[in-house]
Amino acid sequence: MIAFILTFLLSLFVYLVLTAGSGNIGLWSASELTAGIVLSLLTAAVARNFLCRARNYRMANPLRFLLIPIYVIGPFFLEVIKANLDVAYRVITLRIRPGIIRVSSDLKSDLGIFMLANSITLTPGTITVDIDEHTHDLFIHNINVGEGEEAAPVIRDHELFSIADLPQWIRRIAE
Amino acid sequence: MIAEWLIIIFLVIGIIFNTLGVIGLLRFPDLYTRMHATTKATTFGSVFTTLAVIVYSISLYLSTIDSQFIVLGVHAFIAAFALAFTNAIGSHAIARAAHRSGILPSPAVVDRLKEAGR
Repeated sequence: MIAFILTFLLSLFVYLVLTAGSGNIGLWSASELTAGIVLSLLTAAVARNFLCRARNYRMANPLRFLLIPIYVIGPFFLEVIKANLDVAYRVITLRIRPGIIRVSSDLKSDLGIFMLANSITLTPGTITVDIDEHTHDLFIHNINVGEGEEAAPVIRDHELFSIADLPQWIRRIAE
Repeated sequence: MIAEWLIIIFLVIGIIFNTLGVIGLLRFPDLYTRMHATTKATTFGSVFTTLAVIVYSISLYLSTIDSQFIVLGVHAFIAAFALAFTNAIGSHAIARAAHRSGILPSPAVVDRLKEAGR
């Protein structure tokens, strides 16, 4: 039942964002509100077991949702800008030392690993190639492996980011 | 006036990064390094061009009070969001598929994934 309500609220929210500005009850017209509620009920009936598969309602806390935009606009965006300038420099000078390194992480939940892997992939210069399902180690193709890093068998996750400690932020959001 | 300058600045940044992505595609040696240039730099550039659209819609809304410009801004924002998400998942899928089908990073100082036997 909780899964049904959460899926309903989430899909209704997405529908209302997409149709904002259609009428005069708030920002929406009566027909859009009715269609949104009916479609969200249908979606919730079909998809409740997919969205809440882990039966873990930690993410229902709105404070965690508020942290996500702060995370994306703040430390993550700074990291992306810095890495973009770095890749731009390497495009021009061709000074690259590519390699696939193994990165271990303290994050335990699926959502945490998902956010960390996506953050790493969205940061230019690093791509998550594969994930070890049991140990949750990430295999990351790095365009510029640091001096001496190729000798270390495993690298900690926060060593990939130089400005902000992104894994710490993700732990705050997802765990 | 400020909005116009913001739009021009965002468009210029976006186009510069998209151009760098194309140059990287031509210059880098193998699939993985090329993916760094094309997927990431072009996503960053496209996010900035989308930001220009959002600033444009906000400035038009403030001057005309017409709700269609809110719709334009919100849809552009959702497009940027979807672009960022699909880019991450898509490039991960391409890289994993390439490595599994035997395309190894050809200039590489280390390949832990191959050593792990996956």
